[in-house]
Amino acid sequence: MYQSFLIKYGEIAIKGKNRHLFEDALVSHLSHALKPVEGEFSIWKEQGRIYVDVKGEYDYDHAISAMTKVFGVVGVCPMVQVEDEGYEKLVEEVIRHLKDTYGEKELTFKVMARRARKNYPLNSTEINMDMGEKILDACPNLKVDVHEPDMFVNIEIRQKINIYTEIIPGPGGMPVGSNGKAMLLLSGGIDSPVAGYMIAKRGVSLEATYFHAPPYTSERAKQKVVDLAAIVARYSGPITLNIVNFTDIQLEIYEKCPHDELTIIMRRYMMKIAEHFAKESNCLGLITGESIGQVASQTMQSLAATNEVCTMPVYRPLIGFDKQEIVEVSEKIDTYETSILPFEDCCTIFVAKHPVTKPNINIIKRSETKLADTIDDLMKKAIETTETIVVEAK
Amino acid sequence: MQIYLDNSATTRVSESVLTVMEEAMRKDYGNPSSLHTMGMEAENYIKKAKEQIAKTLRCQEKEIYFTSCGTESDNLAIIGGAFANQRQGKHLITTAVEHAAVAASMKFLEEQGFEVTYLPVDEYGVIRLEDLKKAIRPDTILVSMMYVNNEVGSVMPIHEAGELIKECNPNTLFHVDAIQGYGKFKIYPKQDKIDLLAVSGHKLHGPKGVGFLYVKEKTKLKPLIYGGGHQNGLRSGTENVPGVAGLGQACEDVYTNFEEKVNHMYELREQFISEVEKIEGVSVNGKKTRENAPHIVSVSVPGVRSEVLLHSLEEKGIYVSAGSACSSNKPSISATLKAIGLPKEKLESTVRISFCDTNTGEEVEETIKALKELIPVLTRFVRR
Repeated sequence: MYQSFLIKYGEIAIKGKNRHLFEDALVSHLSHALKPVEGEFSIWKEQGRIYVDVKGEYDYDHAISAMTKVFGVVGVCPMVQVEDEGYEKLVEEVIRHLKDTYGEKELTFKVMARRARKNYPLNSTEINMDMGEKILDACPNLKVDVHEPDMFVNIEIRQKINIYTEIIPGPGGMPVGSNGKAMLLLSGGIDSPVAGYMIAKRGVSLEATYFHAPPYTSERAKQKVVDLAAIVARYSGPITLNIVNFTDIQLEIYEKCPHDELTIIMRRYMMKIAEHFAKESNCLGLITGESIGQVASQTMQSLAATNEVCTMPVYRPLIGFDKQEIVEVSEKIDTYETSILPFEDCCTIFVAKHPVTKPNINIIKRSETKLADTIDDLMKKAIETTETIVVEAK
Repeated sequence: MQIYLDNSATTRVSESVLTVMEEAMRKDYGNPSSLHTMGMEAENYIKKAKEQIAKTLRCQEKEIYFTSCGTESDNLAIIGGAFANQRQGKHLITTAVEHAAVAASMKFLEEQGFEVTYLPVDEYGVIRLEDLKKAIRPDTILVSMMYVNNEVGSVMPIHEAGELIKECNPNTLFHVDAIQGYGKFKIYPKQDKIDLLAVSGHKLHGPKGVGFLYVKEKTKLKPLIYGGGHQNGLRSGTENVPGVAGLGQACEDVYTNFEEKVNHMYELREQFISEVEKIEGVSVNGKKTRENAPHIVSVSVPGVRSEVLLHSLEEKGIYVSAGSACSSNKPSISATLKAIGLPKEKLESTVRISFCDTNTGEEVEETIKALKELIPVLTRFVRR
């Protein structure tokens, strides 16, 4: 059983003077991620490295799954850490580790030694060559391949000596919170949770807004959105979710505006409300799951019409993705199965059979003037009656 | 305020049932198969439940087998009956309006090489005896028919069907899914020539997770669950003693003051129907007379989707059921409503109201009031 892990991180290393901020964020996120895992973990930094140590018994699979969901982590290396008790002893430890881990499996390898402590009696090249020979002698199942080995036998000579052969890939990206906050327009579909994930991956914290329309949408549809937020929160950390009752606005638009423009007008008001909450909580942008041409409201013309009401930047990380590519990400991050649960909005009665696909902003605006008398009050009411909850990872 | 009108989905557990279950859990928690006194005490609950149930069916106690639910009872009867009797033939008969527990069992058997005939129904959801007569063949091993349809409350001619089946082919087993019928009608399997009868606990103010199957003496069934050979080897697994005790009590209770309770439900139904029909655009499916089951009303409101009406009523604290689940991902139109020939606009716009004996006339009035308020608003926003 491994008792320590080396956490590899990529991009943070190049962030110059801000580096310690990123590293501290990463340490804190790792510690948060490991909280629900059974076991006693401690996390520490040493010379541009982050280590996770664990005392005694723990749940290995759960620990790995938790650590490999933390943005900023490029890889997690389960490692054996030994005291420096001379080179001969090190050879023994390395061989024991290889035998324990790989048994009789036929594999190729390459030794990769690194010395942070330059006073070690052998230099890196000497260790590589000698250790390789010793391994070949001791393990007949292992062969050397210096070009494309199945595994690297990493030996890092520091205060102590780290031995590891496996790198379990993490999600990459940057620690959440290192890049501000944005407001995600979250629905119960496949796309928006993926969009939230992708922006969070770049270090952005998330807040979310969901529009429900009782009695046209059900309590279960709302629960599904909360469940999706809880899955995204595994990566992004806790998400503040605003649940807006949109029924009255929707009915008003349905009654007064041309039916084929309904979706576009609706989306414009959704953006306005989401932006209201975004500003209130100091978000720096909005996030949607739109992708060009996926549906009528996501053509270039429709996107322009929706975008026109926003004063904040709108981030659309899926804009160039095909549906299948979005589905692949959602499967990877585990939102897919929840997204396809069948209590999708029942508000299909509002959807036009042939919605406009090339809306003209001036015409849309003219249609919206029909709402002039009532819409401000309705918006105000929707904002005032919004229910806000904090969704923790689940 | 809370008005629960979804009693065909499930019912509230009664006090008398709770009492006996609590006792079985707290005090007499032994395993009925254990040899010591505590085992015997637990076994006594099962014996008593069998007595209570047998009395309501006028059958023998040994003909009662406990299962985990109505669905399991139906599965055991149909799949167990088909596998045990397949040497005599591989043909089964059922109706087009059965509950999924029956319909899916039949589908499974079709995949196993059995042949199934589905009897059509009339506009009220009732089969025609001449169709049944024509369908029975020398190789027909089982007929499965529901007593009361769970969506519209229509009642099948069980007695006549039983006579007819045995007349045409005495070897054909007759299975009745009585999950909505038991407790609403007096059912005596011997009189109706029923070989197998499935009942569920939680539709009768009993607990969830328990049901029974009446199996006429000497009927051959192949078990679905194997293990320690409990219940004559037909259904292995330690008996759910508290559940069984609760089920027995619920069965006894439901047939106490029976006529009075049924009459009360009919009155609620009649009150509801006469008022609801006055609302513009509303229609009632199934028979409005006492030929229908006392507790179910199926109502269509064209233009208003079932789920929308359901959630609107929910906002007022009134709980009903959607006639068919509406969802944009998985349109699942009710097979029953389709089979009784409802037009498309009604298929998506049907709700089921189902009473129990503790509902009141005031609750019906409140519900009617709510519908009168909601329907004009909801029909204003119909799909264009």
